[in-house]
Amino acid sequence: MKYLNEYRDSNLVHGIIDEITRSIRQKWVIMEICGGQTHAIMKYGLDQLLPESIELVHGPGCPVCVTSLEMIDKALAIASQPKVIFTSYGDMLRVPGSQGDLFSVRASGNDVRVVYSSLDAINIAQDNPDKKIVFFAIGFETTAPANAMSVLQAQKLGLNNFSLLVSHVRVPPAMHAILGSPNNRIQGFLAAGHVCTVMGYWEYVPIAQKYKIPIVVTGFEPVDILQGILFVIRELEENKYEVENAYSRIVNYEGNQAAQKIIEQVFEECDQKWRGIGFIPGSGWRLKSEFNDYNAEEQFQVREITPVESPFCISGKILQGLIKPVDCPAFANQCTPEHPLGATMVSAEGACAAYYRYGRIL
Amino acid sequence: MCLAVPGKIIEIYETNCLLMGKVDFGGVVRETCLAYVPEAKVGDYTIIHVGFALNLIDEKEAMETLALLEAISKQDPTE
Repeated sequence: MKYLNEYRDSNLVHGIIDEITRSIRQKWVIMEICGGQTHAIMKYGLDQLLPESIELVHGPGCPVCVTSLEMIDKALAIASQPKVIFTSYGDMLRVPGSQGDLFSVRASGNDVRVVYSSLDAINIAQDNPDKKIVFFAIGFETTAPANAMSVLQAQKLGLNNFSLLVSHVRVPPAMHAILGSPNNRIQGFLAAGHVCTVMGYWEYVPIAQKYKIPIVVTGFEPVDILQGILFVIRELEENKYEVENAYSRIVNYEGNQAAQKIIEQVFEECDQKWRGIGFIPGSGWRLKSEFNDYNAEEQFQVREITPVESPFCISGKILQGLIKPVDCPAFANQCTPEHPLGATMVSAEGACAAYYRYGRIL
Repeated sequence: MCLAVPGKIIEIYETNCLLMGKVDFGGVVRETCLAYVPEAKVGDYTIIHVGFALNLIDEKEAMETLALLEAISKQDPTE
């Protein structure tokens, strides 16, 4: 497949690793923000091919993992109501709420459906005028254009049985939170390539300047990730802190203007609670009040939620890069992908699931 | 969640006033919303996330990056 095979070429992979090894003179700690990159690093064993003086720390870029427990509990409560068809991206169905998950709600006889796209949920709403269709609109900036478009499309089609349960998160405020923490160890960032496809990378320039930290926009194939690491290492060794683009076939500085316009039309910035981490100011998007007719939190009377988190799950520390999954006492014994205690073991992008799946059980 | 896959646009049309298309992912063809890449033409490569094309793939940039990386990887380590 064009634009995939070239970026999995083993000669290139080893050539870039050799150049990284030639360039590096001291120990450096680099965070890959995006869980998709974490999985690629584990899948291809890149962490084991790199010099030992590079420590890769896995960031909070897994929307399934950071969607707050309150929001999961609200989803469970709405999905349990009669005449509701609850639709969601597949990963969310196994995320544990305070009591059960969306799969258990479906097993109780409720209508919970996995969709590939928010537009699939629109089609379900058109086909089921006597039902209320709720779409669980989670995600980072990458997913926001799709979720926002579904609201405008519902409006255009005059649908009055479609709403979104919105839990959107944004990367730059999370980077501020990580870099501003007294526990921070991160010296360089791989920025998430598909977030930047939508938003561009102009937002990262003031972050690089403020914290004097190199940030490199990075893709998802092995060659892409190693290029990002090489660029970060070169900056660190030369004492530079600029924003560079190692994913230029997809990402440009301004991002996708059409997508940003639709996001701005539908969503507004809000404080957001991240599961395991807590509130990060300005780190979320919510529906503007003019779209209240499409806001599931307004449309459904969800009782006051008092979430109860597993006492054993320490995913917050993992999401902040403070510890590794293998350091958790529950990892691979009480907590497995079949019986996850926390969202980082559920998601296809969660760091715990990546370590479990690709055999980093030490 | 933020996974996105490259594919080739093989058909462009409108459904419910929304720009849509068929995209070929190495043999698997899926319907995709092209509203965010209105400049797209049949034959262009694009990157798809949850049923939406997020951008077109820039072939010139792709070739330049590969040329740069090939030059890096063929460096003589003794130089």
